[in-house]
Amino acid sequence: MSASVLVAGVGVMSSIGNNVAESLDALESGKAGMGDMHYLDSLLNGKLPVAEVKFSNQQLATISGLSSSVSRTAQLSMIAAREALNDASIKNFDQLRTGFISANTVAGMDKTENFFSEFLSDPSKGKLRDVVHHECGSASELVADELAIRNYVTTISTACSSSANSIFFGARLIKHNMLDVVIAGGTDALTKFTLNGFNTLMILDQNFCKPFDEHRQGLNLGEGAGYVVLVSERVAASLEKNPYCRLSGYCNANDAYHQTASSPNGTGSFMAMKGALDKSELSVNDISYINLHGTGTQNNDISEGTAIKDLFGPSYPKMSSTKSFTGHTLGASGGIEAVFSVLAIKHGIIYPNLRLTDPMKELPFVPETKFLKNQNIEHVLSNSFGFGGNCSSLIFSKI
Amino acid sequence: MSDLKKQIIVQLNLKDLKPEDIGDDQPLFVEGLGLDSIDALELIVLLQQEYKIKLSNADDGPKVFQSVRTMAQYIKAHQAQKE
Amino acid sequence: MDKKVYIRSIASISPQKTFGDMMSTDELLEYAGDKFTCVEPDYSKIFDPKLIRRMSRIIKMGAATAIECLHKSGVKMPDAILTGTAYGCLEDTSVFLTKLIENREDMLTPTAFIQSTHNTVGAQIALILKCHNYNNTFVHRGFSFESALLDAMLLLNENENTNVLAGAVDEITNNSHRILSRFGLYKHHASNRDLLLSNSKGTMAGEGASFFSLTNQSSPENIAQLVAMATFYKPLDIEETEKNIVYFLEDMSTDMNDIDLVILGKNGDQKGDKVYDHLSHSIFKNRETIGYKHLCGEYPTATAFAVWLASTILQNKMVPGFVGVEKNGSPIKKILIYNHYERIHHSLFLLSA
Repeated sequence: MSASVLVAGVGVMSSIGNNVAESLDALESGKAGMGDMHYLDSLLNGKLPVAEVKFSNQQLATISGLSSSVSRTAQLSMIAAREALNDASIKNFDQLRTGFISANTVAGMDKTENFFSEFLSDPSKGKLRDVVHHECGSASELVADELAIRNYVTTISTACSSSANSIFFGARLIKHNMLDVVIAGGTDALTKFTLNGFNTLMILDQNFCKPFDEHRQGLNLGEGAGYVVLVSERVAASLEKNPYCRLSGYCNANDAYHQTASSPNGTGSFMAMKGALDKSELSVNDISYINLHGTGTQNNDISEGTAIKDLFGPSYPKMSSTKSFTGHTLGASGGIEAVFSVLAIKHGIIYPNLRLTDPMKELPFVPETKFLKNQNIEHVLSNSFGFGGNCSSLIFSKI
Repeated sequence: MSDLKKQIIVQLNLKDLKPEDIGDDQPLFVEGLGLDSIDALELIVLLQQEYKIKLSNADDGPKVFQSVRTMAQYIKAHQAQKE
Repeated sequence: MDKKVYIRSIASISPQKTFGDMMSTDELLEYAGDKFTCVEPDYSKIFDPKLIRRMSRIIKMGAATAIECLHKSGVKMPDAILTGTAYGCLEDTSVFLTKLIENREDMLTPTAFIQSTHNTVGAQIALILKCHNYNNTFVHRGFSFESALLDAMLLLNENENTNVLAGAVDEITNNSHRILSRFGLYKHHASNRDLLLSNSKGTMAGEGASFFSLTNQSSPENIAQLVAMATFYKPLDIEETEKNIVYFLEDMSTDMNDIDLVILGKNGDQKGDKVYDHLSHSIFKNRETIGYKHLCGEYPTATAFAVWLASTILQNKMVPGFVGVEKNGSPIKKILIYNHYERIHHSLFLLSA
């Protein structure tokens, strides 16, 4: 067993940047990624802002090296996972036991949508190459094959907590000495399916979202991918550069309240945060920063906020929702926010919660609204809560 | 109101119920029929599809969807407005 | 992993009569054509009517199997709920997608969208049980069940006195069957009675739900021990597969001669069955072997049914009649399952009495 699991590399792609450096620039300059649709072909364009990665499928394929016939979900995954692996620069990678644990919720749905409209008119119609990668696992295998990862590949799909779950499942495989290196995280592309789905729930803000604001009107959907490279202590010791931090705590708990709504007291959120703290043997006072789930819906923010009040009160760490930059990237959000959490430790920074003007009346704390530098960030708690009551929290700790 | 009850049963897939099982003033949510927030969203679409009434603010839902009678009154008021 | 993993109870809804009161495993239910269909119970006796109205078939199959399994185990609240599903909730996906296209992104209702989420089955089980514990869903093609089971085995090694509910479910829908048929996966006029001997192109589509209550507590109530499980992804050739099987048994200090029964994932497809035929003449030469896909058909999480079958054999100390083989002689104490899905996802399971 490896006692500690360390983060040796990070990779991220979202509406605010195509890599780590661009993302950091956008986070510092307060540049959000939402806007009209330029790549998603939806009739809702102009009515609802989305946070798109600023590349066409063809451009993505050129960068990723994958065929342009594969889903946007796989393209985003490829680019961010490769950045993470390159960042870790593990010299003897091919001699180690390696795994790719990815997550997504839509998989090849963007291509399936094309297929389905023809298929509905005539079941013998529609291009089969558009559905061959429909399954969630398919996107992961395309990427794992490119990265020459053969020991273990799997995919998790638990709605908005998917990639937080893939990260800590990867960590457990290292702790059990089954693997030496795991690239873990998640990906999701914008699709008409998810955009219309969330629209039926009437939880999409027609303007840019305002997480944890009294007058929040819902979330904006986004897309992207985020991965961390997790390594065992033995591998970490062999690397030329120091690892970023440790993954010190993690927990998944279920709200068991309703298929889509969170319980008013945030039972599941509370249990996930508490469980992660227990796992890391930390107390609430040790946490320097919380990267909130903070979607901007009425329901999530009050539920998450109440759980934080109950667990952390009366003194609160700094916190913010970076979904005010990236939108809600669903299956990718846990991975993207894990990367942001790791970078917060590495650079001693805290990200602003954009567009928060009127703090929620029910809560005794206010998320950070300015970009802060030169902070001593010891431990970061990252929250990801989703449909089906699936709540996960991760804790990253300075070494 | 009987038509409205039939539509509600179909929209919400309440297979075991007949229109006469739903009282005019019986609360639709929680302690009454036991409907929840997802059903409210289904009912909003029902109003749109069957009566061309767009309830744009989900917060109006609880008032309108108190019972079959309040729903019927809301529909009537809107139809009168149009004419 | 040091701790032993036991199977406390099992449940399965399959194309055979394997569930609840209608359980009858003597006679094979016959299927002709290109697919199997699950024999389902009356769900209104299992679920609250308020809950059932939103559940599609896969959710009912999965949740009913899980609840039945838990009931048989005597465990009230599992410490984790782990689900594998390759395709997820296809019917709801198809309903929402169809409406989205037909209504041109307007006047859509949320129910099908919500229920199409891949973790709906696991979430429904948690909701029914009011279970706040760890809940995860794996969606990795022919490794979906294996991943859920691995997570279960890790948990049982990480914690003391633990009970985990783990299983897998996949459904055939009209649309999914039409689409998969176009890939040439299925025979046109097959019969499950001679499916495994057919030696021609394609197989028959299958579906099903199987759940297991697993524990690290030894007890006379346990029906079998899950000694080990391993997966290997895209082996280069049959030789590598063979080596992997040999290593797997060596790793468990198990001699091939101690294996009383080998369950193989043969499905009647000429290409895919080559590896099974080869192994039957090499490392499994003197072993008793049986197939199982003439019972349930081919689908990415069919191995969950294979583990259900192996557990049933160990529990009853005999091969049920519907398998269609005469097995006389020494009692069956150790079973090895080897399966591959589309020659990409290979898995091995070792169970003992």
